[in-house]
Amino acid sequence: MKLHEYQAKTIFAANGIAIPRGRVAETKEQARDIATELRGRVVVKAQVLVGGRGKAGGVKVADTPAAALKHAGDILGMHIKGLPVRKVLVDEAAAIRTEIYFGITNDRSARKPVMIASASGGIDIEEVAALTPEKIIREHVDPFLGLRDYQLRHIASMIDLPREHWTAFAKIAHGLYSVFKNTDATLAEINPLVITEANQLVALDGKLVVDDNALYRHPELESMRDSDEETPAETEARTHGLSYVALDGEIGCMVNGAGLAMATMDIIQLYGGRPANFLDVGGGAGAEKVAAALRIILRDTKVKALLINIFGGITRCDEVARGVLAALETVAARLPMVVRLVGTNEEEGRKLLAEARMLTATSLADAAQKVVAAAGGAQ
Amino acid sequence: MSVLVDQHTRVVVQGITGREGLFHTRQMIAYGTQVVAGVTPGKGGEWADGVPVFDTCKLAVEATAANCALIFVPARFAADAMLEAADAGLPLIVCISEGVPVQDMILVRPYLDKCGARLIGPNCPGLLTPGSAKVGIIPGHIASVGTVGVVARSGTLTYEVLHALKQAGLGTSTCVGIGGDPVNGTSFLDVLKLFEEDPLTEKVVLIGEIGGRDEEDAAAFIADNYSKPVAAFIAGQSAPAGKRMGHAGAIVEGGAGTASEKIAALKAAGVRVARHPEELPALLA
Repeated sequence: MKLHEYQAKTIFAANGIAIPRGRVAETKEQARDIATELRGRVVVKAQVLVGGRGKAGGVKVADTPAAALKHAGDILGMHIKGLPVRKVLVDEAAAIRTEIYFGITNDRSARKPVMIASASGGIDIEEVAALTPEKIIREHVDPFLGLRDYQLRHIASMIDLPREHWTAFAKIAHGLYSVFKNTDATLAEINPLVITEANQLVALDGKLVVDDNALYRHPELESMRDSDEETPAETEARTHGLSYVALDGEIGCMVNGAGLAMATMDIIQLYGGRPANFLDVGGGAGAEKVAAALRIILRDTKVKALLINIFGGITRCDEVARGVLAALETVAARLPMVVRLVGTNEEEGRKLLAEARMLTATSLADAAQKVVAAAGGAQ
Repeated sequence: MSVLVDQHTRVVVQGITGREGLFHTRQMIAYGTQVVAGVTPGKGGEWADGVPVFDTCKLAVEATAANCALIFVPARFAADAMLEAADAGLPLIVCISEGVPVQDMILVRPYLDKCGARLIGPNCPGLLTPGSAKVGIIPGHIASVGTVGVVARSGTLTYEVLHALKQAGLGTSTCVGIGGDPVNGTSFLDVLKLFEEDPLTEKVVLIGEIGGRDEEDAAAFIADNYSKPVAAFIAGQSAPAGKRMGHAGAIVEGGAGTASEKIAALKAAGVRVARHPEELPALLA
């Protein structure tokens, strides 16, 4: 789960990281009032859970409260990469001397947290990594020893941080590692971390992504969830315990198992179709779950045909077939459907569906070709 | 012999009295696996389908000489269960539970390494050695006895492949489901080494997916003098970047972990890569 900048920075500040003065606003009038309180130049920043908001015009500097009112009004109406902007953060504008990148994430291969730092802050770190990898410093953290001061001196020297800032940098790094650990984060990032004209180290922007699997022990973070991050279909899927990701294609997919669901999307693409979604209906695939999955897939009006691909291992195919038929009684689906059932009791399952005049398939390749044809042929 | 488990493996099931635990215990016993004990805190002294239940792993191991733990407990208790199994001296721990927090695994894995315990999973279907034992949830009847070693990150996709191999008249030596989490126990590379040393395994099928570098590491190892032919399939070629595809570890992050990178690395290592899972049996010919 991603947190908004204002949420992340509030947590950062509570852990001793210096952030600019500022507050979040939901209306342009609130933004103006915050600007009046802060006195002087402010930055009005869209709070939206996608990258690239600056380029999209979602970050504006205002010299007066009146200008803050105008910018906030413009930004609050915007959609950035499809997501509506409902809040803006109004921060005092910093006079920046130097921009640094500092973040902590998990290194899957090393199986431990890794600090990433660069003297080139303020821009997309992935771009820096691709273009000038030598400018990126990585330092692993031993999860049992925690973050050690010598490691921070190493990072500070490698990114040419002036010595007068080393103590302040160590405090910020320790604070960020505490946030990373204590929130079960998969990413805690300050970009940029700046040295201001007043010679202070300040976290101008903050990003925090939390491990969904650990949310049960962080109810305070779960309540910060922004439902705009998900589409209504994704929210419905989550409440039904289904794993769903919307895509742009025209062939809906319902599959049991994540790996098989991906492989099903791949084979649709291989035969010239485009998958409309990823959907893992999970184990069991009873009537209720199948019905919920059908409703979710059919919300997408781009869907022209549907492929149901179930491998019955422990689950019996005839049970799944009955589940599909029962679901179809509650969900009106007027589009072509191809069903592939393989595994335990597959023949019985296929017979039930064929009697209901559904298209059935035995092999994955056969199923993919049939559904691509049913959706109007290869794109 | 096969890798990791056989008819001599003595399994203790942690979470044996839960719905999943009990169901799969029955399936394993029916397959011929020796399930010698169960652990459910607070239910020590009871019996679950003829299997004695203990309050702790240590008690179970002392009483039954179990040598393999199989974990079905809810994700929030899984870290504790894995540590408990390692502390009880169990050398092989298979964790089926899905949804274990990454930071739990970051602490559990080094501790298990220190104890000398091998972990399979978490978020995995476990192990199947056709004809001799299954430790986990892979349906026994979908695979037949044979010489193809199968290693995979996913569940049903693996079953699909085992089934396709069987249909093509190819049997399996051992199937190892290593799990779909970003931080896990045994890797592709570890299993490739086991298959290399296993006289009953003649060919290997590797089923990978987007996310991480485990497939690339395996490719580098294969390129470096692997004696057995390897065929592979990588799921997620059509998956968009930045979206988690069901498995916690199946995500393309920062442009890394794409299917095309993995396929390229495997092909460069001489691995035959299938366009879809049903092509795999032919690639082993």
